[in-house]
Amino acid sequence: MKRFGALLLFPLAGLLSGCDLVVLAPAGDVAAQQRDLLVVSTLLMLIIIVPVMALTVFFAWRYRQSNASATYAPDWDHSTKLELVIWAAPLLIIICLGALTWLGTHLLDPYRRIDRIEPGQPVTQNHKPLRVEVVALDWKWLFIYPDYGIASVNELAAPVNQPIDFRITSSAVMNSFYIPALAGQIYAMPGMETKLHAVINQAGTYSGFSANYSGAGFSGMRFAFHGMSDDAFGQWVAQTRTASAKLDRDSYLDLEKPSENEPVRHYASVDPDLYGAILNLCVERGKMCMSEMMSIDAKGGLGLAGVRNTLPLQYDKVARRGAIFGNDPSYVASICTAEEAAAVSRASREDWPTYWPAKNLSPLRGAGLLRPGTDSRSAEADTSPLGMLRREL
Amino acid sequence: MPDTLTKFIFGRLTLESLPLHEPIVVATFIAVALGGIALLAAITYFKLWTYLWREWFTSVDHKKIGIMYMVLGLVMLLRGFSDAIMMRLQQAIAFNGSEGYLNSHHYDQIFTAHGVIMIFFVAMPFVTGLMNFVVPLQIGARDVSFPFLNNFSFWMTVGGAVLVMASLFVGEFARTGWLAYPPLSGIGYSPDVGVDYYIWALQVAGVGTTLSGINLICTIIKMRAPGMTMMRMPVFTWTSLCTNVLIVASFPVLTAVLAMLSLDRYVGTNFFTNDFGGNPMMYVNLIWIWGHPEVYILILPLFGVFSEVTSTFSGKRLFGYTSMVYATVVITILSYLVWLHHFFTMGSGASVNSFFGITTMIISIPTGAKIFNWLFTMYRGRIRFELPMMWTVAFMLTFTVGGMTGVLLAVPPADFVLHNSLFLIAHFHNVIIGGVLFGLFAGIAYWWPKAFGFKLDPFWGKVSFWCWVVGFWFAFMPLYILGLMGVTRRMRVFDDPSLQIWFVIAAFGAVLIAAGIAAFLIQIFVSIRKREALTDPTGDPWDGRTLEWATSSPPPAYNFAFTPVVRDNDAWWDMKKAGYVRPLSGFKPIHMPSNTGTGIILAGFSVALGFAMIWYIWWLAALSFVCLIATAIGHTFNYNRDFHIPAAEVTRTEEARTALLAAQG
Repeated sequence: MKRFGALLLFPLAGLLSGCDLVVLAPAGDVAAQQRDLLVVSTLLMLIIIVPVMALTVFFAWRYRQSNASATYAPDWDHSTKLELVIWAAPLLIIICLGALTWLGTHLLDPYRRIDRIEPGQPVTQNHKPLRVEVVALDWKWLFIYPDYGIASVNELAAPVNQPIDFRITSSAVMNSFYIPALAGQIYAMPGMETKLHAVINQAGTYSGFSANYSGAGFSGMRFAFHGMSDDAFGQWVAQTRTASAKLDRDSYLDLEKPSENEPVRHYASVDPDLYGAILNLCVERGKMCMSEMMSIDAKGGLGLAGVRNTLPLQYDKVARRGAIFGNDPSYVASICTAEEAAAVSRASREDWPTYWPAKNLSPLRGAGLLRPGTDSRSAEADTSPLGMLRREL
Repeated sequence: MPDTLTKFIFGRLTLESLPLHEPIVVATFIAVALGGIALLAAITYFKLWTYLWREWFTSVDHKKIGIMYMVLGLVMLLRGFSDAIMMRLQQAIAFNGSEGYLNSHHYDQIFTAHGVIMIFFVAMPFVTGLMNFVVPLQIGARDVSFPFLNNFSFWMTVGGAVLVMASLFVGEFARTGWLAYPPLSGIGYSPDVGVDYYIWALQVAGVGTTLSGINLICTIIKMRAPGMTMMRMPVFTWTSLCTNVLIVASFPVLTAVLAMLSLDRYVGTNFFTNDFGGNPMMYVNLIWIWGHPEVYILILPLFGVFSEVTSTFSGKRLFGYTSMVYATVVITILSYLVWLHHFFTMGSGASVNSFFGITTMIISIPTGAKIFNWLFTMYRGRIRFELPMMWTVAFMLTFTVGGMTGVLLAVPPADFVLHNSLFLIAHFHNVIIGGVLFGLFAGIAYWWPKAFGFKLDPFWGKVSFWCWVVGFWFAFMPLYILGLMGVTRRMRVFDDPSLQIWFVIAAFGAVLIAAGIAAFLIQIFVSIRKREALTDPTGDPWDGRTLEWATSSPPPAYNFAFTPVVRDNDAWWDMKKAGYVRPLSGFKPIHMPSNTGTGIILAGFSVALGFAMIWYIWWLAALSFVCLIATAIGHTFNYNRDFHIPAAEVTRTEEARTALLAAQG
């Protein structure tokens, strides 16, 4: 019987070898570390799962009614020692797993800049990160390369072994930006920016897609991600620059209208303020940017007069209607010129540094622990407010 | 002018709203209509309307309401499962440029409806029905605290189900996924009636769920038999109590968040819009603050079922009763501290993500303790492998795997690569089918003889069991693998042909599960046919341990002629051991609540109100709202609330049972 069972497993193994378990065999260092955590956690849990399953089968068989030779203790319902074990064993596993989770979550926080290209190769001053601004549209992906002034739709390229710094937003509804071979996903949300830091280690073409349902064209919202050698990437950029299309506010408003299964498109140039305008929901001229609104509000707002500062909606990407009992659809009118608004938006995004400072690569510790190599608490205390307080005292 | 009039009368309901262009829906409609007409004709032909109205629809008897909840759950299971098998078929064939047989308009409604129906109208009615039937019997009560409220709650749940079913044939259902995240569910991106159907169905059913939660909490707190202290309550009653606490504390959040979404859609507020300061992330947080406790609302009562079944069929006291109770309470509290694990990928900081990841893992400790307690209940027992016990062992093996993948998804970096993938789908089906559904089948097989006086046919039960268990593994193991291949959920077409084989295997599993459902229906049919042979006159077919087995099967309307006195947590087992003798005389009149049709009428007006709001038929909305309030006020003047069962009738009923027991020897 057992041999027969093993035979049954053969076709399964055959099937598995034929398929590409990309999550377990990714091509980027971040995804590889996420995979490692996944595997280690699974093994940790199997320490308790396997005995439980084995005991279930064994007890079910051993204490079956027809087995009269097994002990029968109908009133035995308590054992302090056993209770201690059954609470302590899972607790110990969870303590280990919790520690792993705390460290792993901080190390692999998508907002945190990566500090290594691959095991043993730290990021240095020589690694200039590739900046990519990602916009999830209905239902296609727009990638803007601010360093090169180019853009593409449904195609993403990046040189291998170079950090990639994604800034991600969406034009309409929630999506999730996910390239399994590269790194874990992060939501793309309208009016908000999420970040992802990653690196691709092997050249090749990988698939990327939205991992959060976003409407009718969701299934076709896929793109190819090309990991390329430096030369090939240079050629890709040069080739993109020869494209005839340019991406400015008007062509963007055309592009963002819902469409399905879009082919790859290249844009030779991009309005440098476009991404900021998309993020602040003010691509249409005359509409107040969220950054503008927030800075006005921070200074006390426009008062009652501001309530009337709206205009009827002229354009919208979908055939939008207002709510049946609501006001007619409107937007808040900008009180700056488009150029002023763009300047504000640019200023608010200048914090994006051009290079990454090399980081202290010593392992992360909990907040209360010292970093290795730090001699005393006072060395660290210098920088913390608590330390200053202590010195004053 | 006629156009304005039509618009006034019908709102935005037009002939185009009927999905006549969808052949699948039309065929379904014809089948449902023919079946429905046949059913109604049969009821009329056999003159059953009066019987149904008097004995069932207006009944305030918790046992009958419990059974009606189970019928509702079963009917909706068939609908929810049809959606499932349609999805499996679509995903199995939509390869190599094929669009499959469903367009996105239809497919997107199907996966939304599948989720909504399975959670709200299958799992919830089943669980509520089981609690309704069993809890008063287990605590030695004659009914729930508020019998009319119980009837009303049931009909409101039916009302929600009616609205969901109506969306199939009049208009459309939401195309948003089962939690209807804005901005996609906002008026800008979903201007049609689908999301309104979703909102009103859940609001109407939510009233029922919340009220039934309050009712059962009161019942358990106030109506226990003398001597039944909290720490002598059967474990199923304990888990029911915790579940209802969860319901009462979390369903108002759902009601509030859906009310805010409705305001966004009806009056143009901006709670969850992109512009004007709205924040969709708030919706995602709020809906999961309800949504995570909801998961435990579903599973906790079934943990109770497994405890009762393991102890009964092992012929042993439950191992670690106290730690079982505390584990349940700990799970209840912790279930409020984990909601963020449903959206680690929304960009929270690492500390927030790890906090919620670790709280999630901590839940696995009490859950693990429970599994061990069942394990050690089996240890040194005499296990009878009747159907309920088979389901329990299958649960223990299946659920541990689902629990493990759940803890895996609680590790945020692992979740980043598995979130929204088919791995996640496999995980939650693994715990919901392996936990909730297996538990329901165990519970149904276990308490069926109590409800109807005869056992279920074991042969067809075993056929159903094996089809379900094997079908489950075939249907969902491929999804785990597909998840590791980076395949995301809710996809309608695929471009990678190497995935197809796994979807075909999953579809095969779904067919096996279909056979399991068919076998279950056959089992019920065959059992009713063979009820003479399967009869159980003793009222205690499994050598039970808790109070429900002390009375006859089916129990009389008043449950217990004399309220039992409890000295131990396995009350009936203790009574049997102590040589309990049934009292044969001295019966007194029994005070009972009267039936009332108000519940079904109120629910009917609620459905009309919901339908009118969905279609913007304002006159109907106003009218049904006024009727709703008027009926509710009118009911407060109904003084015909209770009656006494005369002592002579109680004596007659009890003497009949005495004779039946004597015939057994």
